[in-house]
Amino acid sequence: MQLSREALLRAYRQMKVIREFEERLHVEIQTGEIAGFTHLYCGQEAVAVGVCEHLSAADKIISTHRGHGHCLAKGCDVDDMMKEIWGSREGLCKGKGGSMHIADVNVGMLGANGIVGAGAPIAVGAALALKLDGPDEAGLHVSLAFSGDGACNQGTTFEAMNLAVVTKAPVIFVFENNHYSEHTGVDYAVGTAKDIASRAEAFGMKVWRADGIDFFSVHDTMREVLEYVRAGNGPAAVEYDTERFFGHFEGDPQRYRGPGELDRIRETRDCLKQFRKSVTAAKLLTDADLDALDTEVLEAIEAAVTAARAAERPTADDVTVDVYINY
Amino acid sequence: MAKMMYREAVLSTIAEEMARDPSVVVLGEDVVGGMGTAGGPEAIGGIWSTSTGLFGQYGAERVIDTPISESAIIGAASGLALAGKRPIAELMFADFIGVCLDQIWNQMGKFRYMFGGKSRCPAVIRMAYGAGYNAAAQHSQSVHQILTGMPGLKVVMPSCPADVKGLLRTAIRDDDPVIFLEHKALYAMKGEVPDDPDFTIPFGHARLTRAGQDVTIVASGLLLGFAEAAADKLAKDGIGCDVIDLRTTSPLDEESILDSVEVTGRLLVVDEAPPRCGLAADICALVANKAFASLKAPPAACTPPHSPIPFARELETAYLPSADKIETAVRKLMAWR
Repeated sequence: MQLSREALLRAYRQMKVIREFEERLHVEIQTGEIAGFTHLYCGQEAVAVGVCEHLSAADKIISTHRGHGHCLAKGCDVDDMMKEIWGSREGLCKGKGGSMHIADVNVGMLGANGIVGAGAPIAVGAALALKLDGPDEAGLHVSLAFSGDGACNQGTTFEAMNLAVVTKAPVIFVFENNHYSEHTGVDYAVGTAKDIASRAEAFGMKVWRADGIDFFSVHDTMREVLEYVRAGNGPAAVEYDTERFFGHFEGDPQRYRGPGELDRIRETRDCLKQFRKSVTAAKLLTDADLDALDTEVLEAIEAAVTAARAAERPTADDVTVDVYINY
Repeated sequence: MAKMMYREAVLSTIAEEMARDPSVVVLGEDVVGGMGTAGGPEAIGGIWSTSTGLFGQYGAERVIDTPISESAIIGAASGLALAGKRPIAELMFADFIGVCLDQIWNQMGKFRYMFGGKSRCPAVIRMAYGAGYNAAAQHSQSVHQILTGMPGLKVVMPSCPADVKGLLRTAIRDDDPVIFLEHKALYAMKGEVPDDPDFTIPFGHARLTRAGQDVTIVASGLLLGFAEAAADKLAKDGIGCDVIDLRTTSPLDEESILDSVEVTGRLLVVDEAPPRCGLAADICALVANKAFASLKAPPAACTPPHSPIPFARELETAYLPSADKIETAVRKLMAWR
């Protein structure tokens, strides 16, 4: 299906926001200004955006420890996210969550998660709630669990897939295979012929597989997956082959990478470059259109960093706030 | 008032709250029972008979029978709660927290805090706990000492049918995650239960079940009855005991404990969990810190030893606190100088 000019511009902008958000963090983290552990999503933008562009705020997602991209794609505010990563009390989570625990339930983003594999069962629960609410004119609202080739080896993920099939929950397991679980290669850690989708298939789900670098491939498969799940057919899974441009965490020396690997994937497996090539070759958008967005996004990220630096710091009095609603 | 068993108080409270609020759902292993068998749904109706009949009334979308997948059960309860429902998850045995602790501790208990106070996770996790059935080390434990130490969770330990009714209703209506611990050996206990459909008992309010001037005994769950029996016997010898039923270990009613110890000057905490880093140590420390000047004897505890729970009848009996052991501990406190 051909996307409108408006939809194409929006998709590119969303991917570019994630890219520049992460590239900027990569720089800022090295100055020591940002505390804690940060895991960058750079390289995988086409998956988050290709998936989330189909969703409404009523649809729910659960993310991973590499969650900035999913948050931004689902609609979390850029400035509020930057403030959260800076640890400000004006941040999206008042400085209590940080990079690994960003959430905004108001946009259906039920949390990035510091525990690899923890999200899938939670997504099934959200899907059961949406099933109980029943369909509207567009069908059922759905819940999506983003997982990587690391989380696919957790028992929680297996339990969640089985429970989803047993209960016919409207949940979609989105496996992003970036070939590395932390510092270990998928060739070693995933036993099923390197294919994660076949595991979901074995649990009784309909599955899709696509190139996660190609936004259009992601977007098209997710349209099909959503049609299937919104119609009440139960859960489904999709595996996207993608690339991680940075290390597992910021500061990771990445000695496990092959010679020239990072340059090669930046050159040949960059979803933004590929998007630009496709849409300009098809004369859907011009380089000038995209260049204008690049400039606008860079300005927005600069403004977000400036705002985060100036934002109010939390105080000791905030430590015990929001542990409970009533205690 | 109606007379009913502890387990009937659990079931009737769930049924009443499901009728009152369409967002209340139940999930767990065999909560329907018999799914996929020749006997069909409700062939069993929950192994504790605490969900009997709910499936027939509310169907598979509100009474969700799950595979044996504790992490998925608790995770799903979190997801249901974050998406606006009020799930009541059943862990068949409290000991099974070992396979799903991440979902209780790192997920459910921390969402609101990590998300900057923007989320609600109104889930109840019911668990059958406690010894007395020779079920040995993996089906007999009291896990409140682990869960009470986890910020973000509330922990409830009812000791009688009326408290089940009032505390479970509070738990289901509460907006924070609540661990509701039901003692296996109390399920058949009978007692009067108020009929008021809005009868609730607030968390963090202990109950004084015996009054005396000499020793404060703090207990909960099954051991409350043991403490009361010891207190009744001691009273005949002129030793008066305050017996305090904690009802909830998180929040903890510090005020009731301290007020009592200020009068008695002696504290005995009775607990079914092992002694190290546990509830008894916690309350002894509380009293040592905040009622030191009132003390006539060192704060004492009556707990099992630092040991797994044994199988054989003689061993389990030796392991557990009893009315006799509580009586001995009280007499020791009275003799201290």
